[in-house]
Amino acid sequence: MSTVKLTVNGKAVAVDVEDRTLLVQLLRDHLNLTGTHVGCDTSQCGACVVHMDGKAVKSCTMLAGQADGASITTIEGIAKGDELHPMQAAFRDNHGLQCGYCTPGMIMSAIDIVHRYGGQLDEATVRHELEGNICRCTGYHNIVKAVLDAAGRMKVSQAAE
Amino acid sequence: MGVEGIGARVVRKEDKRFITGKGRYVDDIKLQGMTHAHFIRSPHAHAKVKGIDSSAALKMPGVVAVLTGQEIVDDKVGNLICGWAITSKDGSPMKMGAWPAMAPETVRFVGQAVAVVIAETKNLARDAAEAVVVNYEELPAVADVHAAIKSGAPQLHPEAPGNQVYDWVIGDEGATDAAFAKAANVVKLDVTNNRLAPNAMEPRAAIADYDSAEEHFTLYTTSQNPHVARLVLSAFYNIAPEHKLRVIAPDVGGGFGSKIFIYPEEMVALWASKKVGRPVKWTGDRTEAFLTDAHGRDHVTHAEMAFDANNKITGLKVKTYANFGAYMSLFSSSVPTYLYATLLSGQYNIPAIHAEVVGVYTNTTPVDAYRGAGRPEASYLIERLMETAARQLKVDPAALRRTNFITQFPHQTPVIMAYDTGDFNASLDAAMKAIDYAGFAGRKAKAKADGKLRGIGMSCYIEACGIAPSKAVGSLGAGVGLWESAEVRVNPVGTIEVLTGSHSHGQGHETTFCQLVAERLGVPISQVSIVHGDTDKVQFGMGTYGSRSAAVGLTAILKAMEKMESKAKKIAAHALEASEGDIVIENGEFKVAGTDKAIAFPMVALAAYTAHNLPDGMEPGLKESAFYDPTNFTFPAGTYICELEVDPGTGKTSFVNFVAADDFGRLINPMIVEGQVHGGLVQGIGQALLEHAIYDASGQPVTASFMDYAMPRADDVPSFNLSHTTTLCPGNPLGIKGCGEAGAIGASAAVINAITDAIGKNNLEMPATPDRVWRTIHAA
Repeated sequence: MSTVKLTVNGKAVAVDVEDRTLLVQLLRDHLNLTGTHVGCDTSQCGACVVHMDGKAVKSCTMLAGQADGASITTIEGIAKGDELHPMQAAFRDNHGLQCGYCTPGMIMSAIDIVHRYGGQLDEATVRHELEGNICRCTGYHNIVKAVLDAAGRMKVSQAAE
Repeated sequence: MGVEGIGARVVRKEDKRFITGKGRYVDDIKLQGMTHAHFIRSPHAHAKVKGIDSSAALKMPGVVAVLTGQEIVDDKVGNLICGWAITSKDGSPMKMGAWPAMAPETVRFVGQAVAVVIAETKNLARDAAEAVVVNYEELPAVADVHAAIKSGAPQLHPEAPGNQVYDWVIGDEGATDAAFAKAANVVKLDVTNNRLAPNAMEPRAAIADYDSAEEHFTLYTTSQNPHVARLVLSAFYNIAPEHKLRVIAPDVGGGFGSKIFIYPEEMVALWASKKVGRPVKWTGDRTEAFLTDAHGRDHVTHAEMAFDANNKITGLKVKTYANFGAYMSLFSSSVPTYLYATLLSGQYNIPAIHAEVVGVYTNTTPVDAYRGAGRPEASYLIERLMETAARQLKVDPAALRRTNFITQFPHQTPVIMAYDTGDFNASLDAAMKAIDYAGFAGRKAKAKADGKLRGIGMSCYIEACGIAPSKAVGSLGAGVGLWESAEVRVNPVGTIEVLTGSHSHGQGHETTFCQLVAERLGVPISQVSIVHGDTDKVQFGMGTYGSRSAAVGLTAILKAMEKMESKAKKIAAHALEASEGDIVIENGEFKVAGTDKAIAFPMVALAAYTAHNLPDGMEPGLKESAFYDPTNFTFPAGTYICELEVDPGTGKTSFVNFVAADDFGRLINPMIVEGQVHGGLVQGIGQALLEHAIYDASGQPVTASFMDYAMPRADDVPSFNLSHTTTLCPGNPLGIKGCGEAGAIGASAAVINAITDAIGKNNLEMPATPDRVWRTIHAA
């Protein structure tokens, strides 16, 4: 057992976990943040993507202990109260989700993509960058639309800040 | 159409919880005192279980119990059933091998459970499972259908000699033979419809909670049809009487058919919960999903089509071997028979059809309905045949299809189905225009100059949805009726709850079903909620599969709405001192037509519940229910055309354009319909280019993770160009045909027709991987 100290969605937490505990298990089982999902166990599907210190990581593929001292943001932590993150709003407005299971990981990956490209995205780049996130429902068509839409919205909201 | 009524692109009500991480899937649920199950599964495709030693595991920390297949048999938990009886051509019933929830004696596929560990945590259950020693005696195994039917092949079930489940026929053999005897041309084709793993992104999961005082079970499960699950668990598996078993299917992360069935894991969780006196949770991992979720497709077919001198089809002969895997899953028997061979007429006038289907056991994961279920196999076969015929007869593929299109409706095919309406030329025209079919030759020449092989391929699919008229399917062997139920509850303040037997696992019912209410009453959808997925809340219903929830489920809601509105009009007329026949409903008000007299809907509702001033003899309250049984299947149809390039140096396929022109009848929410088409198309493209659940000759699965099984990813597929040509379905009052499976049914043939057009060779099996395409290009 070890105590892992980290910041999750802005709150400092200390959690006693078995050393073999995965980050996703800490989030889901210990902190009840069940928005982060497990879809494949092999780091392929991306349903488990969260942000660690601002960068997208697959939380099923790292130990909780590796996040000691880090700042983690999950799908539950990106809206400002009732105001959705532009990526969340874009997924809704473009019908970028159906069953919703891959959606949290998609949104977290997509935010990271927009940040890395400074919002300068085209369809081919978005499709290439989403290689690590699998969706079985949408055929990706509307997810790609949503990410491109959100890239524009995030630029506008950054400019306003 | 109101802003939220029928035909409006309303954003989904359910989305907020999914985009904020507040969806509630089975694995998100924790119960007090909950234990965790881990199954011990066979590593062998075929073996005798000689003994299970759990003594070491039972001494490990946190282990509550280790339960075996013999114990579940001893406790008289029933064997798994197959709910559709098929009769062979010799009149004998299908041959069913016994399928216990955990194998006491013999395992017949890799992944079949023999025991389960129950422990305090998931990790402790896994640890203990490592310490359980199972002594197997390996038996010879067979994974391929052709190998399985050879004499001397390993035998799976004593009940099924020769590994044959059934040998079933449909159509008029004599008339078909006569057509072939007179044929000017005969086109022959052998096709394999590759085995697929459904891979809903949420793995299956179950939580069972037994209350010993009430002798009552609650089951949270990843189901597309919780009432059917309760019925089967109760009536056939002896878990508990229906009133002592509550089944809840909360948010479910995709199904595609694979979550219709009642699996061993749910049965074991329920049984084990009573055994250990605590809640038991099981959540599958992805490899368990590959090993145990019912697979799809897996047909091997030889077909011949006869043409007269005018290129009119005169006959069709089909022989298909269907691989069922090791056991007959819940609806598996119907998939290669009544869901497949009844669609072999495609969009075409074919006077004589004869089909024979041989169902075969192999040492592989059971096969059952997967998005389209039989109809993709039929559509792929017919559309590959039409393309092959066009090439052989040297006519334009579109022209050959037009020559043979059914244009008069209703149309009785020789294989049971009576198509009610359609306009196949309209969808073909729309798709050809959208892709600029006329300009293809120029584009192909330009691509050739760039060193690329460009091809175009079409697929004119038809399917049968709106499953299904109960009397008709009953006469064909179905063990259940396929109606749907609904209840409309108006609350005293005028908000509305609609309880439906349909289940949404991505389809957006919480939005589309509200749109019907908004359309009829003129109330905002925020005033309406949809209740589904809980047998304690909702009246018995049949669930969601076969693109049935709008055509059947929404029609049931319409019928309940009509009853409710009729009573509400009587109350309004009484309050307004008007005649009931003069009351009209507009913008949330009940009005006396042609006057300014009106009463708002909430006031009508309140009047129904205060009951201070109701018409004489009227019962208080405003709540009505309906059961709707369709009169016919519905027949969505359309044309998909795909234009692509093949790199002759690598065999890699790249999409240039993909257009879809569908006729789904009336659309409730076009945005959601488009989403259904996109997802279906990618599942069809996935089958054509990437996906294949592979077994080696000894029955070992080779593709049991996303590392090995190629799921379509965003950069494997294009964006789509969709359009709709509409003929309203005459079979239901809303004119709906259904849209959930079309993409998966029609897409694969368009892709393979396009690749074979590009490379100039007709024989190419799915998945058309770069390796396979390259070899085909360069084959002598």
